[in-house]
Amino acid sequence: MLLVLIDTEADGTPGPGTGDVLAVAHATGLAVEVVTTGAVPDGLAVRRVHRLRHDLLTDHAPEALGEALVQLLAAVHPAGLLAAATERGDEVLAQTAARAGLPLATRCLALCPGEPWSLTRVRSGGVLLEDAELTAPVVLATVAPGAAASGSASAPAASASASEAPAPAPDVVEFVPELDPVLARTRVVERVPRAEGVSLATAPVVVSGGRGVGSADGYAVLEELAALLGGAVGCSRVATNNGWRSHSDQVGLTGTQIAPDLYIACGISGATQHWVGCMNARTILAINIDAEAPMVTRATYAVLGDLHEVLPAVIEEIRARSGTVDRPDPVPVGVADR
Amino acid sequence: MSTTAEPERRDVLVCIKRTPAVGARIALTDDGLAIDTRHLGFTMGPHEECAVEEAVRIAESHRAAGGTARVTVLTVGPPDAAEQLRYAISMGADEGVLVEVPTEELDPEPTAASILAGLRSAPDTRYDLLLFGTDSAVAGNAQAGIRVACALGLPMVAGVKGIRFDDSGLELRRGTPAGIEIYRVPLPAAVGVKEGINVPRYPAVTGRMRARKAPLRTVPGEPAAGGLRTVALRRPREDRPETVVLGSGAAAAPAVVDVLAELGVV
Ligand SMILES: Cc1cc2nc3c(=O)[nH]c(=O)nc-3n(C[C@H](O)[C@H](O)[C@H](O)COP(=O)(O)OP(=O)(O)OC[C@H]3O[C@@H](n4cnc5c(N)ncnc54)[C@H](O)[C@@H]3O)c2cc1C
Ligand SMILES: Nc1ncnc2c1ncn2[C@@H]1O[C@H](COP(=O)(O)O)[C@@H](O)[C@H]1O
Repeated sequence: MLLVLIDTEADGTPGPGTGDVLAVAHATGLAVEVVTTGAVPDGLAVRRVHRLRHDLLTDHAPEALGEALVQLLAAVHPAGLLAAATERGDEVLAQTAARAGLPLATRCLALCPGEPWSLTRVRSGGVLLEDAELTAPVVLATVAPGAAASGSASAPAASASASEAPAPAPDVVEFVPELDPVLARTRVVERVPRAEGVSLATAPVVVSGGRGVGSADGYAVLEELAALLGGAVGCSRVATNNGWRSHSDQVGLTGTQIAPDLYIACGISGATQHWVGCMNARTILAINIDAEAPMVTRATYAVLGDLHEVLPAVIEEIRARSGTVDRPDPVPVGVADR
Repeated sequence: MSTTAEPERRDVLVCIKRTPAVGARIALTDDGLAIDTRHLGFTMGPHEECAVEEAVRIAESHRAAGGTARVTVLTVGPPDAAEQLRYAISMGADEGVLVEVPTEELDPEPTAASILAGLRSAPDTRYDLLLFGTDSAVAGNAQAGIRVACALGLPMVAGVKGIRFDDSGLELRRGTPAGIEIYRVPLPAAVGVKEGINVPRYPAVTGRMRARKAPLRTVPGEPAAGGLRTVALRRPREDRPETVVLGSGAAAAPAVVDVLAELGVV
């Protein structure tokens, strides 16, 4: 039997990555049971849910949860424990592994039981794959986002069992761990909600700029195009390191990994660490003076040329086409919406 | 490592890892076991560079307030990893420890064991704060720091984008899709830092001169294999269609807007 730790959102829905981790767990052929500290989401195709109950587990508490999971492993003896490879999932399973003295494979796409288990994990954000072997009495792993769709997990069996007749409600078993009160030291004590607005992570269109933009002021024209397209502005690490943009705009391995409908990469070369942040965009338009730049050769569409000439022309063309309908008085380019 | 905190002194340890600075396409060695680094430079991970910067800023502000402070950087790696220690010293760290192991790449358990061996080699040194990257650049195991903290009985929070000292210890901030989470942990503590916490400085010439001469302490690591073993690295299949070039310069604008219209975004 495999245990799968799932996060439950405040509204009772399963947290990010739940579908992937369940698909990879089912694909092992082992029975799957779920562990949660919160509400039990509907429609889980599993026969048992272990609900962890403790005052220290009412909000994210990596040490307390890691310790609680060690105790659960000792009580129910699963073959392994999986979680989604979110920041939280990775952190909690590392706490579990450290406390139990077990190895841990993070960011896996597929896991195959055996002696040893074999697995494939994502490296460098996905431009490299690692095949590895895991030798352990209990297998601990986190599952990378997109694993279910990557084809590495033989998901058909899993999706079939999930999509047929509605699954019967699972048995819910409570588990009350014994936790040292000192573990309260690493617990969320306060939250500041995110400001409203188009978020880079979920924007349908992202207009992104790199070294080629040349200055902080140079982003005005990107902001303008993003506003016209209902999108957000992104940037490369060069822009962040030069202080042109805030790190929250950075796309890539150490920034945000996004999957918009359209990614417009202006003056970005397409280094590996940037590429992994935008490679899941449905369409990529590269604007670059260098026809050989990796971003250009990998993009769906490209315009060769100076972004400082191309972008204003594109904005003007958009205004010209829509202007006859709803913008009889064109606003001077570069001043609009600023 | 003893854990009594003296207010007039602040000791910070930063753990960094030497990693190849890979370009747009990653070449692999013939045996498929590693990245072919013959034509590559090396670097430390961006999260770790931010951790070094944060440590140096903490030391600077503590000194400005009249205290003494010391930043130690530690790496587990081959002798060449001294290059990354010296870079950190050129950014303002005070001293470096090279925990020597024969390979560029160790699995997570021996990495943590070797960091601990490095700490044990200076039993009289106590640290108020241990800084790690949330995850390392290429391997991205996201666990070495947590393993070390756990072995030392220290509180650890990863993914941190804000560190502030207050009366009771540290206030830590971490971003989530819903907003910011705040933690308050007592010292000594361990923290996994994320890029974005600061903008790392470029080392000044004086820093580079100092780093060239700075003595590094070398101690043996503990490279015995753990339970996770790399069998092979490979590149995933990429199936992208040929790029459609829409034109050059401003003249391409109508073709671009045709595409935007087709995609339904204008
Ligand atoms: C571990 C690690 C993690 C990293 N994480 C990230 C990350 O999360 N995100 C990230 O972006 N990078 C990341 N990097 C850095 C990455 O390797 C590259 O250095 C960075 O992405 C390059 O940014 P750039 O494309 O803006 O600059 P460059 O590589 O310098 O490219 C600039 C491009 O602009 C073009 N150009 C110049 N002028 C113009 C003009 N006027 N008009 C049009 N085009 C022009 C040039 O032809 C060139 O293609 C990471 C690096 C490491 C080692
Ligand atoms: N070889 C190493 N030497 C020193 N510190 C390391 C090493 N490997 C990992 N670390 C530290 O542990 C963090 C997490 O690494 P990882 O578990 O590989 O993702 C890194 O950001 C470093 O701070």
